[in-house]
This record gives sequence, C-alpha cells and structure tokens, in this order.
Amino acid sequence: MIELLDPERCVSCDKCVKVCPTDVFDLGADGVPVIARQSDCQTCFQCEANCPTDALYVAPHTTPLPPGSPEHDVAHLVETGLLGSYRAHLGWGRGRTPGAALAVGPSLTPSGPRLIS
Amino acid sequence: MTTLDTDVLVVGGGPAATWAALRAAQRGADVVLADKGYCGTSGATASAGTGVWYVPPDPEAREAAMAAREGLGGYLADRRWMGRVLDQTYAQMNELAEVARYPFPTGPDGAPLRTGLQGPEYMRRMRVLVRRAGVRVLDHSPVRELLVDRDGAVAGAVGHRRQEGADYRVRSGAVVLATGGCAFLSKALGCDVNTGDGALFAAEVGAELSGMEFSNAYGIAPEHTSVTKTAFYSYATFSRADGEVLEGAGSARGRSVIARTLLSEKVFCVLDRADEPTRRAMRLAQPNFFLTFDRLGIDPFTQRFAVTLLAEGTVRGTGGIRITGDDCATTVVGLYAAGDAATREPICGGFTGGGSHNAAWAMSSGAWAGAGAAAFALAEGRHRDRPVRAAGGAGLRPTGFGAAPSAAEAIRLVQREVLPYDINYLRHGDRLRAALSELDGVWTALREHAFADGSGAGRLRSAAAMTAHARWMYHSALTRTESRGMAKRLDFPEQDPTQHHRVLSGGLDRVRTWTEAVA
Ligand SMILES: Cc1cc2nc3c(=O)[nH]c(=O)nc-3n(C[C@H](O)[C@H](O)[C@H](O)COP(=O)(O)OP(=O)(O)OC[C@H]3O[C@@H](n4cnc5c(N)ncnc54)[C@H](O)[C@@H]3O)c2cc1C
Ligand code: SF4
Ligand code: SF4
Repeated sequence: MIELLDPERCVSCDKCVKVCPTDVFDLGADGVPVIARQSDCQTCFQCEANCPTDALYVAPHTTPLPPGSPEHDVAHLVETGLLGSYRAHLGWGRGRTPGAALAVGPSLTPSGPRLIS
Repeated sequence: MTTLDTDVLVVGGGPAATWAALRAAQRGADVVLADKGYCGTSGATASAGTGVWYVPPDPEAREAAMAAREGLGGYLADRRWMGRVLDQTYAQMNELAEVARYPFPTGPDGAPLRTGLQGPEYMRRMRVLVRRAGVRVLDHSPVRELLVDRDGAVAGAVGHRRQEGADYRVRSGAVVLATGGCAFLSKALGCDVNTGDGALFAAEVGAELSGMEFSNAYGIAPEHTSVTKTAFYSYATFSRADGEVLEGAGSARGRSVIARTLLSEKVFCVLDRADEPTRRAMRLAQPNFFLTFDRLGIDPFTQRFAVTLLAEGTVRGTGGIRITGDDCATTVVGLYAAGDAATREPICGGFTGGGSHNAAWAMSSGAWAGAGAAAFALAEGRHRDRPVRAAGGAGLRPTGFGAAPSAAEAIRLVQREVLPYDINYLRHGDRLRAALSELDGVWTALREHAFADGSGAGRLRSAAAMTAHARWMYHSALTRTESRGMAKRLDFPEQDPTQHHRVLSGGLDRVRTWTEAVA
C-alpha cells in the first residue's frame, strides 16, 4: 500500500492525484497531495512510477504497515535503494532507456518465445 | 447535470477501451471515453503487463498456435475467431511498434521481439494515441448505468465525476462496454477497478452472458501482497512449512494442489529452478514481479516465502457478455462489448491460464467493437434528440422500503461466497448451492432496499455488479454437470461429451441459464 509521500521531495505536480486508479489521494491545501483513502489502495505502484521526483513509496503489503515502520523513513528508503526503484526499472525519467526496450527474458519452454513482459 | 453528446461512448480505459475509442475515432465518429480510474494506469493490463498471442502469419505456426490450447479449453473455441484474432493482433502489435513507437526489445539474433507488452509503457502510449485521435477522455468518471431509448436501444450512460463531485450524462448513438472482468476486489494486481460493472449494465438492458462458469482464475502471489504475475512460478518448488516438497504442486496444472493445501496450512515457494542467466533475464522481463521481493528483502531464488492465491474471477477467466457478431455486437441494439467484459470463449473456450489470449482478445475485440459502434452510430444518425430513460436497478431505484446492506457490507458478504478456494476454486455442487442461496439474499436486499446517489452510487453499483456476477457464475457452474476447461467440479470430475456446448446466462432478479451449440 501507499505508505509515504515525502513533502520535501514533492513538487506539487498533482500527477499522483490524477493517475491513481482508485482515487486514493486528495489535493492538498498547501499544494502537497494527501493520502486520503489508504484503504482503497490496490498496491499497483502506478503513483510511484509516475511521480517525477520519487516522493512516493508503495510497500508491497496489501494492508497498512504499523506506525514507525522503517518504510516510513525516507533516509532508510534511499539507503536501501528502494525509493524510486520502480521508476528506474521502467526506465522512466530523463536520460533513461525504457525498460521495455531491454526486456529480453527467458523462454519458459525450450522452443517457446522469450518473455518480454 | 452536464450532458455530453457524442456518436460513440466507450466505457472503460484499458486496452479494450482504448483500441475501441481509437478505431471509432478513425472511422470518423465523435467519441467519449469514460474511465472509472485514469485511462493509462487503470485496469489489469496497465499494472500487470501481458504476454500477447503474437504469431507471424506462417501457416504452420498459426496452426500450431490454434491447436495448442484447444484441449485445455474443452474444445469450445472457434477456429474462425482464432484466425481473425491472430490476424488482427499481429497487425495491431506491429502498429504499436510503428505508430505508437512502443520500444519493443531486440532478441539475440537482432530480430524484434513482439510477444508481450509492459503494462505502464503500453497503456501510457494508448492514452496518447486516443487523445491524439480527438477522443474526449473522462478520467475518474465511473459510469453507473446505461440509457435506453423507447425501443430499448442503448443511447448513452450516466456516471459521476468523482474528482469534481458531479454527475454527468452522455447521450450517444452506441456504447462499447470495455469495463474489464470481475476480480471481486481481491487486490490482485491492478484489478480493484474490475468489479464487473459492464456485465451488470448489460444485463439491465437485456443482454446475455456466456461462459460464466469459467470464472475461477486464481493468481499466485507472495502472502499479503498484490503482484499476481505467475509465469515465473514455473521455476518454483513448492513446499510445506517443514520443508517437505508439495507433490504435484505447480503454477499451471498443479495450482489446485496449492489451493487444497492452503485450506489447512501455509504453502511456501522458492524459485530454485532458474539458473543464473535465467535469473538475470527474468528481472529484465518483469520488473514488477520483483518489486515485491526486493521490498520484502527476500531473495526469491534462494529464500523460501509463503504464497497465497488471489481471485481473478473473470479477469483471467473467459466468461463475459455474449457477443453475437463479428463486430462484437450484443443481443441489444446499440450495445457492443470488448475485452474481459465480453466472453473470450470464441478464442480460448473454457481456459486461458498463462496469458497471451486475453491480451490479444482485448485489442482485437476492442478494435472491432469500436469500428462496429462507429458504423452503427454514424448510419443511425438520429440519436441526438430521441427520448431516453435510465436503465439502472439495484442500488439506484429500490423497489421497496427496508433495511439495506451498505456497499461495504454487501461486498464482504459476496467475497465470503466467492473468494474461498473451497467454494469457487475446488467446486462442488453442494457448496455452490449453499453459496448461491446466500448470494440470492444479498441480491434481493440490494435490489429492493439499497440506494445511493452521487459519489456513493459507484461503490454500491460495484457491490451489485459483483453480486450479479457471482450468481451468474454459480448458476452456470451448476448447469455444467461435468468438468471442462477451468470449470472443474469435484462431484462431476469427468468431461461429458454430451455437454460440448456453451452455457449462456442472463437475468438479475431471476437468473436463468440455457445452452448453445458450438459452431
Ligand atoms: C496479474 C495479471 C497478469 C496478466 N497477464 C496476462 C498475460 O500475460 N497475457 C494475457 O493475455 N492476459 C493477461 N492478463 C489478463 C489481461 O490483463 C486482461 O485480459 C486485460 O487487461 C483485459 O483488458 P480490458 O481492457 O478488457 O480490461 P482492463 O485492462 O482490466 O481495463 C478495464 C478498465 O475498465 C474501467 N472500468 C471498470 N468499471 C468501470 C465503470 N463502471 N465505468 C468506467 N470505467 C470502468 C477500469 O477503470 C479499467 O480502466 C493478466 C491479468 C492479471 C491481473
Ligand atoms: S506525483 Fe510526486 S511530485 Fe507530483 S504531486 Fe504527487 S507526490 Fe508530489
Ligand atoms: S499504489 Fe496504486 S492504488 Fe495505491 S495509491 Fe498508488 S496508484 Fe493508487
């Protein structure tokens, strides 16, 4: 679930509000969106992938993490390389190669096609 | 209430909807696309990505592709449709490369690889194509019911713009339903927007369904997480808590063993059958598959992790709205269906399993439905000023007074009858009948007493759609007293040659089923 929105990194582009398929965010009075309906989060990672400044973090759990979890700490997420990692893998952002162009996976059967998605 | 006038209204925002909107616009129609979420990130494809049934037009390869799944699907597919979809998908995938400039990778031999699409990349490009074609896109605008004219022809829809807090209405000459399948809010990847709404809307105007017994797809995911990408579990060894290998468990045919074991104990998994080069390639192919592991701090190749099965219902099942023509028309005038909202039996019968066909169907049927709806609307022409009425029932127009369940309560009750493996996956007539009587109760309460408007209507309508879906599923499953495709029955374990037919269903207050011979 969405667990973190770092107001320091956020540039108030409102993209997360727009792209979240289940409408989890609200516009914030101070320009920083708020996680208004966390329980509606479907853990799809789309907001994170679309955030231009890696200000969001989606934990893999489909239930909320307890307060004080290390995933709520930006420094921890930066240190572990998790913050912005999905966007990096997708190759989204200036100067990156789209991940799709590099997506040459294994073949599941000896004569089968290579998986590319 | 704002009213928009258009030739074609497309309901949905995934691959089926975007291809429909694009083709309709290319035919010269004025098009509105209304999505519950955001067109470009919403739906199963956008988050999951898909392998695609992309087969070069070489007669031998095509023959092999068609023959491969016929048995698994219970011989309910139709070769003419398979051929059409293979042609269409091949052309559309190439169009994605050339027009949308989708960055397909290149194989070791230098040839482009086009057998799959990464979800976020694919769908963001589809959004661009659609907007470039002049389609008016309404995001965060769940449709809640259809409009019909005096003759019962579909004439538009009503919905709610949830970020603006206002209802809206679209009057159109034709409607394409591309709302995806129904995964019962199981949190399977990208599927919480897929609550079967289109099937409810369709049934309310008299459309029929087909293959609803093929609706018990379950995807594997690490316990308490969402990523139900399953291809790589072909490298897995499954085991019990004490490390004993779970005999017969597998990602394809052995999934029911996992389900049966999960009823009483945890099941663990490790992807220890992938060698080092394979492991590296896997990461490139499916970055979303590894998100979960990296964030849990688990090395899936060496460390065992607990798994679960999440319901994907008709998203990776094959049942849906019955289509009656090559243009994906339904039995209702002016109504077209595409993607997971429509039945996929024409190309895969009663089973889809590991991918490819669904994605091929979504793009092909979307393109046909869009073109068909445009042709119909443009020929009809006179649609703009006909009198219309709203066709929604449950949750919008109660028939009596009394206590009604809230949307959340109704959803919980439906999930209780649909998510458990021992009801929906490992099906037995006795348990299906018991579940059905509960579901009938939920439906009656919703239909007679439930009411919401404005922002509350969408959720209640989703609850009603899930309830209706579950009832068509179990009625159809009970009608098929044999095991065929994914519709296996513990009490009828054999395939019965006299039941080589499709099971159709329809109705809301009274659900009925009947059969149709396979072409
Ligand atoms: C994890 C996973 C992996 C998969 N892998 C493969 C694969 O490898 N190969 C394959 O072929 N298939 C695969 N599938 C299936 C494939 O994703 C679907 O068949 C495909 O997404 C169907 O496209 P669609 O456009 O019909 O529906 P979706 O992509 O689900 O889109 C449905 C759209 O309808 C919108 N909507 C819903 N209700 C309403 C409403 N009331 N009003 C307005 N809009 C509404 C939603 O917001 C969404 O935008 C996979 C599915 C999952 C979940
Ligand atoms: S997408 Fe990122 S930068 Fe933009 S508003 Fe949301 S959190 Fe802030
Ligand atoms: S993970 Fe998906 S559902 Fe959750 S907040 Fe982000 S975009 Fe929305």
